[in-house]
Amino acid sequence: MDLRFSPEENAFRQELRSYFRSAVPEAIRTKVNENRHLTKQEWVTAHQALHAKGLAVPHWPKQWGGADWTPVQHYIYTEELQFNGVPQPLPFNVSMCGPVVIAFGTEEQKKRFLPRMASLDDWWCQGFSEPGAGSDLAGLKTSAVRKGDHYIVNGQKTWTTLAQHADWIFCLCRTDPEAKKQLGISFILIDMKTPGITVRPIQTIDGGREVNEVFFDDVKVPVENLVGQEHRGWDCAKFLLGNERTGIARVGYSKQRVQRIKELAAKVMAGDKPLIEDEHFREKVAAVEVDLKALEMTQMRVLAEDSKRKDKLPNPMSSILKIRGSEIQQATTALLMEVAGPLALPYQMDGEGAMHGSNEPDDNDWAAPAAPTYFNYRKTSIYGGSNEIQRNILAKAVLGF
Amino acid sequence: MDFDFSDEQRQLKDSIDRLLNGAYGDLNKRVGYMKEPTGYSANLWRQYAELGLLGVPFAEEHGGLGQGLMETMIIAEAFGRALAIEPYLATVVLAGGALRHSGNATLLGELVPAIVEGKLTLALAHQEKQARYDLADTATTARSDGKGGYTLEGEKCVVLHGDSADKLIVSARASGARAERKGIGLFLVDAKANGVTRRGYPTQDGMRAADVTLSGVKIGPEAVVAGPEKGLQVLERVIDEAIAALSSEAVGAMASLHEMTVDYLKTRKQFGVAIGSFQVLQHRAVDMLTALEQARSMAYYATMMAGEADASERRKAMSAAKVQVGRSARHVGEQAIQLHGGIGMTMEYKAGHYFKRLTMIDMAFGDSDHHLRELAKAGGLS
Repeated sequence: MDLRFSPEENAFRQELRSYFRSAVPEAIRTKVNENRHLTKQEWVTAHQALHAKGLAVPHWPKQWGGADWTPVQHYIYTEELQFNGVPQPLPFNVSMCGPVVIAFGTEEQKKRFLPRMASLDDWWCQGFSEPGAGSDLAGLKTSAVRKGDHYIVNGQKTWTTLAQHADWIFCLCRTDPEAKKQLGISFILIDMKTPGITVRPIQTIDGGREVNEVFFDDVKVPVENLVGQEHRGWDCAKFLLGNERTGIARVGYSKQRVQRIKELAAKVMAGDKPLIEDEHFREKVAAVEVDLKALEMTQMRVLAEDSKRKDKLPNPMSSILKIRGSEIQQATTALLMEVAGPLALPYQMDGEGAMHGSNEPDDNDWAAPAAPTYFNYRKTSIYGGSNEIQRNILAKAVLGF
Repeated sequence: MDFDFSDEQRQLKDSIDRLLNGAYGDLNKRVGYMKEPTGYSANLWRQYAELGLLGVPFAEEHGGLGQGLMETMIIAEAFGRALAIEPYLATVVLAGGALRHSGNATLLGELVPAIVEGKLTLALAHQEKQARYDLADTATTARSDGKGGYTLEGEKCVVLHGDSADKLIVSARASGARAERKGIGLFLVDAKANGVTRRGYPTQDGMRAADVTLSGVKIGPEAVVAGPEKGLQVLERVIDEAIAALSSEAVGAMASLHEMTVDYLKTRKQFGVAIGSFQVLQHRAVDMLTALEQARSMAYYATMMAGEADASERRKAMSAAKVQVGRSARHVGEQAIQLHGGIGMTMEYKAGHYFKRLTMIDMAFGDSDHHLRELAKAGGLS
């Protein structure tokens, strides 16, 4: 057992760090570090800067643009990316739909979709949740009825993140209403420009508009857009959700936020001395740092274990990463809001993600996103399989209940 | 980065697990060992010696195996799973560590062979009542006789396995105010020497400890383990290694206790079903698992960092580990008793004994709150 990084691994880290800092514009990285919302163009700019160096889809097979790295290199990549405020390569493309197409798609589908997915020439969004199908995802009702060489899709998806920018949506649709819940579902790719699709934004409690409802009204989709076998889309969904859990710990972003909390708390005065000198506050920060270190070590253990697994099935232990990762993200956003204190109050965010407050822009504009981010991050224990669903997974798959 | 054990480490783990499974499988055996004159199994101590466990961290030139913190971790975790009560921590990790880190070649050459053979047990007599968790707080005095020897005067408390140890390593102040960092030396004292009084007692977790009074205890220059110029630095290194070992022991205890609890939930029936079919109880068992795995990660981290040369980095890491392990230990322990219900409250059932050991581990060498304060004072982890 040796938990240190090798000199080669440290050099790899340095190389990535300097590339991230030079290739991704600082204005974008600052926005990410401050938890401000990015425009579509900013997402695309950052993603394509990574893609230019083969850094958008390093976890894909080499043939489709992957990097053939060791698990440790993947870990370092994710950590450096997050720690330096680089937006994740669009997760709907690279972590969700891409791996499903690679694992279940036909050669034609791979050739048609993967290159544009990797380069973010196509923006994808995820059509899974429905008003009546959240944690019980298999209860979804959106139907795809086969008519000749087309499916006719009817229904509604919700919580569709950034659908307002999307060119394509990957959807779970019910293709066999008679079959048992999980067995009548298919994984279908739908062009967002197809007639009959309506996107309606949902404003969340932080004031932002990241998520949407997507309505399908007699939408005609060519049968060739089915991924995997008809009625076996649940296999794709399970595969996708398993992949989602490992990326969700977001250790690097939390590390960056803790550092920011410490820097800001050294400047913000509480009476005669900086807030960081307040014993109680300082201990709260230290407690989060301990949690984060434990999470980081656990993530490395899961990674090391995964690299030895032959079945490539999701490791149920990654549910622990989801639970602790989301809780720690929430704790850091709460602490950041605490640093802002009364300065957290006077702001409102508009639908485009811009902050409006009586004090902005001035010395306190760092405080503007503090409360909205705290409110926004309540989502982290709900999405990607709620933390309660993760506990169900652990109870069943690890503890054998 | 590599989390695998080497073949030798795996063999070590297998052989100690085999021995302890047999020796501690039945709780009544443990009760029997507690009734022996030393408060632990003399026979098992001999077997540890035969397996080479007692020589693990000592250099080969002194008669040890020249192994590292990783092997100590493996042993400590096995002790935790078995709830073993032999004075491994006291003799090998604490007092043995004081010998190793003082670098006193004469004493190492003299004592290590006897330790390795299982013929000599030691205890570290450092804790004092007023000191709580401040390692520098040492009121016991060491008055120089001008010829390299000292006279020791003072009181030590809760000296782990102090009542059965053959020799004590005593911390005492040669100069400076009570809690000053400078001026603390470490001295080797025969447990039966003139002026040493020991009052032994059983501890909450089934082990033994002693309060030790030193009154006019004279030692010669050959018994100075570490001089006053470096005693505290040696102590800090030793306690850090002890924290790493205790973290691993706690992980072993938590893992066994958690396993017992999950088994119990699957077999105990109420309302006509196994109570483990209730989601509320499943989720609590999952939260215990999360606490256990976070602690395991930090025990690895502690093991890795216990050998770190930069003292301030090392201390911060050990504090972080102790915070996590302490919190996890309390959580897993308390939940295990609750989920077992009445049976968890009884002396005849093992769960309660795990709970007690885990609780005492949190209280040893600084509890979670203490270490959180220390870590915060030092500026945190990053």
